[in-house]
Amino acid sequence: MNLLISAIGQGLIWATLGFGLFLTFRILDFPDMTVEGTFPLGAATAVTLISSGFSPIIATIGAALVGSLAGLVTGVLYTKGKIPILLAGILTMTAAYSVNLRIMGQANRSLLGKNSLFSYDFLHILPRNFPVIVIGLIVIVLLTICLAHFLKTELGQSFIVTGDNPKMARSLGINTDNMTILGLMIANGLIGLGGALVAQNNGFADVNMGVGTIVVALASIIIGEVVFTDTLTLPERLITIIIGSIFYRFVLVVVLYIGFNADDLKLVSAIILGLALMLPGIRAKLRLGSFLKRG
Amino acid sequence: MDVKEKLRLDHATVVVNQGQVNEKTILNDVSLTLHDGDFVTVLGSNGAGKSTLFNVIAGSLPLTSGHIFLGERDVTKLDEAQRTHFLARVFQDPKLGTAPRMTVAENLLLAERRGLRRRLKNRGLTDEKKASFVAVTKTMGNGLSDRLDMDAGDLSGGQRQALSFLMATQLRPDVLLLDEHTAALDPKTSAQLMQVTNERIYEENLTALMITHHLEDALDYGNRLIIMSDGKISLDVSGEAKEKMTVTDLLDYFNRY
Repeated sequence: MNLLISAIGQGLIWATLGFGLFLTFRILDFPDMTVEGTFPLGAATAVTLISSGFSPIIATIGAALVGSLAGLVTGVLYTKGKIPILLAGILTMTAAYSVNLRIMGQANRSLLGKNSLFSYDFLHILPRNFPVIVIGLIVIVLLTICLAHFLKTELGQSFIVTGDNPKMARSLGINTDNMTILGLMIANGLIGLGGALVAQNNGFADVNMGVGTIVVALASIIIGEVVFTDTLTLPERLITIIIGSIFYRFVLVVVLYIGFNADDLKLVSAIILGLALMLPGIRAKLRLGSFLKRG
Repeated sequence: MDVKEKLRLDHATVVVNQGQVNEKTILNDVSLTLHDGDFVTVLGSNGAGKSTLFNVIAGSLPLTSGHIFLGERDVTKLDEAQRTHFLARVFQDPKLGTAPRMTVAENLLLAERRGLRRRLKNRGLTDEKKASFVAVTKTMGNGLSDRLDMDAGDLSGGQRQALSFLMATQLRPDVLLLDEHTAALDPKTSAQLMQVTNERIYEENLTALMITHHLEDALDYGNRLIIMSDGKISLDVSGEAKEKMTVTDLLDYFNRY
């Protein structure tokens, strides 16, 4: 039971990463490697701000803003600098490593004895693991509402069409470069926010915590898609990402529980994502098989 | 004639790979004036400069020298996005004109703000709006009106192309560019879309340029016909002279050049 509750809490705060990557990977239709740098960037920013005496809320918002700046850098490199998106992301990600060290002044920084979003007084009455669920729910519900509304605005629709058919978007007068930059900024803002939440929950930030972020974020999206194969509206899609994120965390918790080492988690993550990615293909083959039998 | 001048190309020239061994003039000193309500069909073999002409007018290819005017206004320096304010385009490939993962209604909604600012305001897909979409899509007579909530990617090629055409004309363009927009369709669907295109252009008195490889279409439709070769306009006939032309005349012309 405790495992399940822990997985739900973790899943909720990690779902912010899934949201961020959804905007670039699924809507704009490219893999944004920046996130591997943005995640620790958000964590470093939040932890440093809190350590300097800022309130956890300000620190978390600050982390999101700094994250969106990283998205801006990648966006400008990609659209104006004409650098391929994969490389643009890797450049920003690499640069962010040094920036993170500068921000924290050291390779990792603890929040020991400091306040965080999860240590507000009203949360103390809750049992273990529940503060994460409460804060995670508040954040993710707010984000879902905001994103669902944004995607339904004229601007949001222009953003979607930029990923769907850039040539047509331009022929309708949409500045696809600006839409791409905007998307990268929002996406990395969300990842930075995720980094801030995870760091506060863990009680520390570490420059190396970004390794594998893209796999984790993708896993929540793909698992959501594999489980819910019907055509869904965008708000529904966002909810499946939350569910996917929780499911993924649950699998990790179980893996640890049955005796795997924490060092194995990255391997397990990659295997889970790999399987989830292959599943639609395997499923299609099976369906084709039954069709052939009938024919 | 006191018909207003709508679009004017003034010594439009495009040179690619300038200063290199493979330098090539793909649009060579083209001057062309379209008047209000002109419907011009454009013929020419592959590489003659038809697409270059369209890209230059649409702003997706910059001029090396020369100017483009919309009415009195010099629009040479405007980029592709800025020109969509007065210009709409239908591509040959049905996949290019519509967003496949968005519904037919969403596509139409996007086209309603062609060239306008995209605000941080709800897109406004109301029941009234949908009813108006049903009305306009019915005019295409191909079942598109029953599929407003379907993803554009799931439509047939003919429906997709009809949707592209509707989207281009929904917000009245000053200049409409049709880039072989019926070429990818089967003969029947192609003829039907051509018919609707023609009606719409005359009803709304649109100024249009249409690239085609279909000699009959080039003769049957429009009030003016130009032939491009080697980046120049090699033939330009209009009015009565165009009406008297036959497919044999055109074939003779192509064989001679």
